[in-house]
Amino acid sequence: MGVQRVMGVETEYGVAAPGDPTANPMWLSGQVVTAYARAKGLLTGRGAWDYADEAPLRDARGWELGRAWADPSQLTDIDDPTMANVVLTNGARFYVDHAHPEYSGPEVTTPRAVVAWDRAGDLVMQEAARLLNPDPARPTVALYKNNTDGKGASYGTHENYLMRRETPFHDIIRHLTPFFVARQVIAGAGRVGIGQDSRVAGYQLTQRADFFETEVGLETTLKRPILNTRDEPHASADLYRRLHVIIGDANQCDVANLLKVGTTSLVLALIEDRAMPGDLTVLNPVSTLHAISHDPTLRTLITLRDGRKLTALELLWIYHDACAAYLQERSGDPLGGDADTHEVMTLWADVLTRLGTDPMSCARELDWVAKLRLLQAYRDRDGLAWTEPRLAALDIQWSDIRPNKSVFAKLRAAGQVTELVSAAEAQAAVTTPPEDTRAWFRGQCLSRYAANVVSASWDSVIFEVPGQTSLQRIPMLEPLRGTRAQVGEVLERSPDVATLLRELIRSGD
Amino acid sequence: MASQEQSRPQRREGDPDAPPPEVPVGGAQTQVSNADIDSVLDEIDEVLEVNAEEFVRSFVQKGGQ
Repeated sequence: MGVQRVMGVETEYGVAAPGDPTANPMWLSGQVVTAYARAKGLLTGRGAWDYADEAPLRDARGWELGRAWADPSQLTDIDDPTMANVVLTNGARFYVDHAHPEYSGPEVTTPRAVVAWDRAGDLVMQEAARLLNPDPARPTVALYKNNTDGKGASYGTHENYLMRRETPFHDIIRHLTPFFVARQVIAGAGRVGIGQDSRVAGYQLTQRADFFETEVGLETTLKRPILNTRDEPHASADLYRRLHVIIGDANQCDVANLLKVGTTSLVLALIEDRAMPGDLTVLNPVSTLHAISHDPTLRTLITLRDGRKLTALELLWIYHDACAAYLQERSGDPLGGDADTHEVMTLWADVLTRLGTDPMSCARELDWVAKLRLLQAYRDRDGLAWTEPRLAALDIQWSDIRPNKSVFAKLRAAGQVTELVSAAEAQAAVTTPPEDTRAWFRGQCLSRYAANVVSASWDSVIFEVPGQTSLQRIPMLEPLRGTRAQVGEVLERSPDVATLLRELIRSGD
Repeated sequence: MASQEQSRPQRREGDPDAPPPEVPVGGAQTQVSNADIDSVLDEIDEVLEVNAEEFVRSFVQKGGQ
């Protein structure tokens, strides 16, 4: 009813070998994951991930793409032994996806928790880089939380939202597409350069917008669609779908990150409960998406199919007010009946209001504004045109995850960014799983019985039990089972995996 | 409840092919003052790669999802 739902964020980090542009990025990514896993005593490589339930070619519109027709990059369920793949004690997956190290955060239920476990991913990458760079003056690996190299390549930050299966997919497409066209004025991470290969000098709101070329589709690596139809729920398929959102940027500002997932979760609730305020279909969503991203003044108009012309802010106010009316009706409070929803609704209105009067007043909260303000200060001080390479360099280093190289980290250290999650909370999320989803069981199994975990996935853990010849697979098709409240005590009283399995059978979990 | 009235922004006819508008410069309401940012600029100067042009040119990634 509020912002709560099972959700999570996955990020492919940029990876480079400073001074060696010929380094193989797959090998580099493998080094990143393996170095971290070894240091933490975690299992990597063949078999560590259980692919039994993966179906990356299943389409939410009701068909499955033939494997022969698929681009090799779409075949994400093939277990390549050279590709490191590990489950962390916080319930996340840390692995090599194509040519990037990827951190897929654990399933959580609140936007605040998304931010905490996303920040934990940055710390995992930071630690991996530290392990690989014993001499920071001569680094061998650098990692970046961005989504493009500015030369035509893009890599993703995906959001995942568990939804009721009964919600028709065409309703999701219809009501979410206009929202995604407008959402970037809050959630964009900012970018120097316009066009996939930055052929036009200038600044735009997002890293990703220029890489989106169609409205709806299954692809994620080419002809990217505003609405991705991958139907791979990692849960009971007759009860749930996992909405796989590929259009967002990687955020470093907590407020932007919180609002990105919090407002999206609320809009999904409107769609599920049929509380949308009529039809907001955008006439040309792809070209409008680009135009909105290219306009930091936020004045560009979006033309709706019914003839209305609205700015992105005006369109977002319609969604905001529909959410407020929905919450008023359900909980008696337009801000929602719980602290998490209240926080999202309050920040949402605050940011929309200030973006409407002076976008630069959101420099503490939104990535694209914080980055633009810094770039503008540089331009003013040194009289730089947008073609100046120092500005493009600053954009790249903005996202460097190494504290001694990160421009964003300098800004945060100077107290110029609003933090919702403390450094200590982010650090705790590196090793601790969220308590209120199955990620608790998964992460705890890795903390307590790592030697006996043969493999794991979002919806299973497979154990090798001493004295037994066959492997034991624990299915976890219900994302809200396996919480601390449900299995905490069983785990506490199971010193070994044989006891755990006996206890689970006895307790019926 | 926040009303829409308080934040009607200026509008601009959309044209995807039009050159990008000049970016807004922080006005009086900017929460972080320009004095604050100037002190950060000096710190950032120290971390920025010395040869920006070469650094930008060599930052090449393979596409992902």
